[in-house]
Amino acid sequence: MSLTAKDKETVKAFWAKVAPKAEDIGQDALSRMLAVYPQTKTYFSHWKDMSAGSAPVKKHGATVMGGVADAVTKIDDLTSGLLSLSELHAFTLRVDPANFKILAHNILVVFAIKFPTDFTPEVHVSVDKFLAALARALSEKYR
Amino acid sequence: MVKWSDFERAAIQDIFSKINYDVVGCAALSRCLIVYPWTQRYFGSFGNLYNAAAITSNPKVAAHGKVIMAGLEKAVKNMDDIKTTYKDLSVLHSEKLQVDPDNFNLLADCLTIVVAGQMGAAFTPEVHGAFQKFLAVVVASLRKQYH
Repeated sequence: MSLTAKDKETVKAFWAKVAPKAEDIGQDALSRMLAVYPQTKTYFSHWKDMSAGSAPVKKHGATVMGGVADAVTKIDDLTSGLLSLSELHAFTLRVDPANFKILAHNILVVFAIKFPTDFTPEVHVSVDKFLAALARALSEKYR
Repeated sequence: MVKWSDFERAAIQDIFSKINYDVVGCAALSRCLIVYPWTQRYFGSFGNLYNAAAITSNPKVAAHGKVIMAGLEKAVKNMDDIKTTYKDLSVLHSEKLQVDPDNFNLLADCLTIVVAGQMGAAFTPEVHGAFQKFLAVVVASLRKQYH
């Protein structure tokens, strides 16, 4: 399920539209993940406040979307492009890779809410493929 | 036995009273067939599913979207015993239609995304959580009679 040229074009075009709201999107997606999939809270037990709109959630949402933005620029070779991020997730954070899919789903939900006309089924499939490819690249160094 | 909080019960009833069944059913099923094309395997008799435009304008897809929403409405009306309400539907999906139950989650994800798009900001994280819990119960009930 690799990205076709059309997928890459679609992702870049959609990203150009959503990029100005990236921090909001990140915060919203992360809040939803923590609320809807409470098992993900186990990775953030060091945060004083996990509620939607809290400072740590805002900051981390921005960090995550920064990573996604970077991945868009490296869309032609995600595996090499995300090597150090993969090492971080594999050796330091040790996030179970199943959670990448969960966060991706919540990002898609936020896209649907904030960009109802732009997030067409065609855009949805390309973005879903891209986030899955991103997750695979992040999982690269796990074992 | 699934326990629903007052908030969850109200949220589910509210969602289903607000969404347009015809729009949501068709849009969710179309998205499922487009985003997860292998799900088309169950719809060989539906004719033209060759591209996104064909799928979204296919009358059989729209009709089947309505069937799905009618099924969900049964669950909304019997929230305290979806398992029993869905017993025959589960047998239908496992024995007659022979649908891989993992596909239920794919459709559920598409339903969430379509409802989110329809409701906009009203689909808060709490409402979102209630909706996904409802769909999880629906999916589990549909899986129940698979052997």
